[in-house]
Amino acid sequence: MNWFDESALTLAVFTPVVGMAIVLLIPKANEQAIKVVALLTSLVTLGVGIGILTRFDYDHSARLGKFEVDNSWIDVIHSRYHMGIDGIALPLLILSMLITVVCIIYSWNHFPEPHNPKGFLALILLLEVGMNGTFCAQDLILFFIFFELVLLPMFFMIGVWGGPNREYASIKFFLFTLFGSALMLLSFLALFFTVDVPRNLTADHFNHTFDMVLLARAGGAGLVSSTQNLIFAGLFLGFAIKVPMFPFHTWLPDAHTEAPTVGSVLLAAILLKLGTYGFIRIALPILPHAARDWAPWIGLLAVIGIIYGALGCLAQRDMKRLIAFSSVAHMGFVMLGIATLTTFGVNAAVFGMVAHGLITGMLFFIAGSVQERFETRQLDRLGGLLTQAPKLGWILGFCAMASLGLPGLAGFWGEFPAILSAYNPAAGISDITFRVYMVVAAIGTVLAAGYLLWMLQRVAFGTPKAEWEGAHIHDMHVSEWIAWAPLLALIVVLGVFPNLLFGMSDGAVTHVVGGMSKVLGG
Amino acid sequence: MIDYAWLIPFIPAVSFVAILFFGKRMPKKGAEMGIAAVGASFVLSCVAAVQWINRVEDATGHKQGIRAFGKGLVSVGAEHEVVKPVIHNVTWWQNGLVKFGVGTQIDGLAVMMLFVVSLVSLLVHVYSTAYMKGDRRFTFFYAALSLFTASMLMLVVASNTIQLLVGWELVGLCSFMLIGHWWEEGANSDAALKAFFTTRIGDIGLMIGIIITFFAARTFSIVGINGYALSHGADHTLMIVGASCLLIGIIGKSGQFPLHTWLPDAMAGPTPVSALIHAATMVVAGVYLGARLYPVFYNGFSIGDGGVNAMALIGGITIIIGAALAFVQDDIKKVLAYSTISQLGYMVMGLGVGAWVAAVFHLFTHAFFKALLFLGAGSASHSGAHHSFDMKKDMGGLRKYMPITYVTFLIGTLALAGIFPFAGFWSKDEILVTAGHGGYTFFLYVGLAGAVMTAAYMTRCVYLTFFGEYRGHGEPHESPRAITGPLIILAAFSAVGGFINASPFGIEKFKDWVEPTFVFPALVHPDFDYAKAAISLTVALLGIGIAAYYFFRREEIGALKGLTQRNTAAHAGYTFLVNKYYLDVLYTDVIVGSIKGSIARAAYWVNQNVIDRTVDLVGIGARRVGRFTYDVVDQRVVDAAVNGIADTTGEAGGLLRYVQSGRVQRYALTLFAAVGLLSLALVLFN
Repeated sequence: MNWFDESALTLAVFTPVVGMAIVLLIPKANEQAIKVVALLTSLVTLGVGIGILTRFDYDHSARLGKFEVDNSWIDVIHSRYHMGIDGIALPLLILSMLITVVCIIYSWNHFPEPHNPKGFLALILLLEVGMNGTFCAQDLILFFIFFELVLLPMFFMIGVWGGPNREYASIKFFLFTLFGSALMLLSFLALFFTVDVPRNLTADHFNHTFDMVLLARAGGAGLVSSTQNLIFAGLFLGFAIKVPMFPFHTWLPDAHTEAPTVGSVLLAAILLKLGTYGFIRIALPILPHAARDWAPWIGLLAVIGIIYGALGCLAQRDMKRLIAFSSVAHMGFVMLGIATLTTFGVNAAVFGMVAHGLITGMLFFIAGSVQERFETRQLDRLGGLLTQAPKLGWILGFCAMASLGLPGLAGFWGEFPAILSAYNPAAGISDITFRVYMVVAAIGTVLAAGYLLWMLQRVAFGTPKAEWEGAHIHDMHVSEWIAWAPLLALIVVLGVFPNLLFGMSDGAVTHVVGGMSKVLGG
Repeated sequence: MIDYAWLIPFIPAVSFVAILFFGKRMPKKGAEMGIAAVGASFVLSCVAAVQWINRVEDATGHKQGIRAFGKGLVSVGAEHEVVKPVIHNVTWWQNGLVKFGVGTQIDGLAVMMLFVVSLVSLLVHVYSTAYMKGDRRFTFFYAALSLFTASMLMLVVASNTIQLLVGWELVGLCSFMLIGHWWEEGANSDAALKAFFTTRIGDIGLMIGIIITFFAARTFSIVGINGYALSHGADHTLMIVGASCLLIGIIGKSGQFPLHTWLPDAMAGPTPVSALIHAATMVVAGVYLGARLYPVFYNGFSIGDGGVNAMALIGGITIIIGAALAFVQDDIKKVLAYSTISQLGYMVMGLGVGAWVAAVFHLFTHAFFKALLFLGAGSASHSGAHHSFDMKKDMGGLRKYMPITYVTFLIGTLALAGIFPFAGFWSKDEILVTAGHGGYTFFLYVGLAGAVMTAAYMTRCVYLTFFGEYRGHGEPHESPRAITGPLIILAAFSAVGGFINASPFGIEKFKDWVEPTFVFPALVHPDFDYAKAAISLTVALLGIGIAAYYFFRREEIGALKGLTQRNTAAHAGYTFLVNKYYLDVLYTDVIVGSIKGSIARAAYWVNQNVIDRTVDLVGIGARRVGRFTYDVVDQRVVDAAVNGIADTTGEAGGLLRYVQSGRVQRYALTLFAAVGLLSLALVLFN
């Protein structure tokens, strides 16, 4: 199986490119072939992911281990094709592969206007390249390229297949995130030029590198704290806009509201995670001192996001926009965990990312299905879904419960340990500040129950509104069952057996946090 | 069984899944599955209980060790046989390479609860086959009952606080689902939401309490936390904060003042649910938490010192405010709901005054007689009042038509009122005696006042339901056997259940079997006090007497008739009670209304008009600058002046033109180029 280990990550990232190329070669009229090829491609990619999952070394989940690839790439700028996967990236990689598959299945018979499956599926596959690549990259330039690669397909998905206000939303999405990326790139370059690494460690014996592993090992050595903080600012903006953190979140509700269902799912389930993943993978380990200085402020924005996102939800009349705002609140919990710089917090963040991907992805699917059936997402016009489409209604109820962090389902394990971690942040960070955050975040869980259950009540309970009375509403379609079953099952399985995920992430998280506290001396 | 206790919650959990997916295809629509599963759990619970009792009895005589340690908690010469709880754990999750377990902790308290929960649940399952017959969601109802039973049993056997939290929230979920069982009507789903939100407020306290106890004791294990709380090194301040937070959780779950308002609304659910969840089991989860982590409360609230503490005070207030509201209800289930609130107050107060055994004993007896009363009320409504619960409009005189329901309801009433020798007498009396003995005299009086009120409002309830003329419009008849059977069984427990701990007869089995001997404070167990028992019995009889005099003679004595209409003070008091102290107005209209309404709208306004507007303005500004640069700087100044290097300037102007034309990809490219240039500058000047 050596051949597999050596090429696994390359396959995981670039198989979709092959599929995309084939899709592009098939004539537009042959829709069936296009769909089959796209589905097979995503399944093969997922198969590679499952292969990695079975051969991963769970006892040493911090090591990049046997899947690591480190080849020369752009020598002139000392950037290398360095790919590797640890226990933090692996769950996200698998999530990305899985979500792509279910999105293709879900789209099978419901391509949004202007239809064109060829373009749509090609973009999804291209998107997968960017997403998978971001989680595998171990070189800052490589990371940046993948990180930016996701922008284009998503821009077109919103801009071409989106709702009435799609142009505004897509350009806003693009420019807003690009603005952050530009500063992030600047910070990457600054890291390259300012951090000294021992020459004997780099492949080309140069004392500067884009290698994320080496930079993390250096831990910001030789940088005065003002420089560190400044470089961190660029990273922060790049990642925080992507997450999105308050007050950089305003692109999100518009993008979600206008995006086609599948676009929303991919956006919520994976794209947002690129930001939080960036914090864990790059910002924290490479600049530990700055991370500590910034932590109270990140924590502050996180808890503001929790409350503010919840209030935003309560003010919504559009189901999809409500779910979009709920992402702001949920990612607040993830960021709060990260800001504590503790194992509890970062583990919770990784779990929270996966759980949010599954749960909010599901909620967006449901919102799409509701819209397809009732041709509206206005909460005042909906009602009594449980009487007309009981299965869909119960699945909505299930996902609402999962989203509000009900123990026994996946959402809980991202939320509770994050709140717990805030009681006792890393050494050198104010306990009192974070304990206040803890209480505020805990209050946020009540508000989460508020907006989710009110939504559930308005959509599912009661009796159908007059305009839908007697209308035939089709309950679950086959494609919906197939697409949703794995997500629903995972929400339960991860909720009941959380160590499936903690067992994977914990070693790597402990390594990252341990590396930071070694540098910080606490 | 004691070593395989995980099976007890696991069986109903499997049943839940089976009913959910296959229930509709089963001959009895899933009911048989639920009954079989809970029946199996009940048998296993009994086996576990017997095994535990054997352990305790075996250990008697082998006096070893001291059961309490820590600051000032050791009572001199108190040597007791130690029976350790049986704990089994498997890895559940991990953090920082430390593994946390999930498992079972079986001791006297756990087996007692297992017995109560599985028995009442089984009876409710049987009862519902008749009561819920023909319901539009019969199968779903049984699935939810199974899930509830599984969650509650899981909560009971939990070996650590996280698992407790999981069970705690899951029973809350089931409560939500079952209160809103008939969700077509807005009032029912409103009640379900209210219950969920209110208990979630309490859950903030529970979560933070769990966090604080974790960081204090560095473990989630219940035994570990209790051991820490009793140790010399325990941080008293942390324990105060932790106990207070946990108390908030208890307040939310167990319907204590000021978060009790959800419980009466929860009566919107089917009556068997009210009996099982909102009387006998789920609502006592808070009390159970208090009993489970008692050392934390004992240390935090300094319970051994007497006087007043938050826990006893909350319980005491709840006794009175709950009982007072029970007087003004016309809905029989609401009378019982407020009665439950009041009785839960006794349990919490009991824990607060150091009467651990008495409080837990009251939990035990209350489960039987309150489930009995609810099921009796359901029987009266089902077969006597056309599914109405209005005592004044649709009941009255049912005594003649429903003898079994009447007699069993009467037994339940006597047990609740604390009349000798029914079950409630023993447990309530024990709380009062211990309160009086432990330096909590004030709470002794509160308890006595509550006893008068309890006896009185239950007399009113029995009078309105079973005496006088029948006021309904149907043809009342006795309920079928599936309903009367459970009533008779519960009546038997309510009648004689108290004798398991009847100290004047030298029986203290409940204390011996249930009170922990491992990591537990040394509590005082005062002897049976005949004087206090006589007083509490007298006040209960007094309550019955006053109420009976008022109701039975009201028509004959004009002064009593319409008292609240004529007397201003009585009328004001009546209005205050009917409006439930205006707490619902405060919560629903003022607090929730403003968060949901103006605060949320204001936040969203800021979002759209300040934060998002800033983003838009930046975009518009950039376009304006671009246009200006292109029109003025580029075209008129640069282009006109230096034609020779026009290519270069064209590029620069082009960059800005792309902004306004919205060609994003090229804009992106140029932006990268700009960043590249900036970084080049960084290199050059570094």
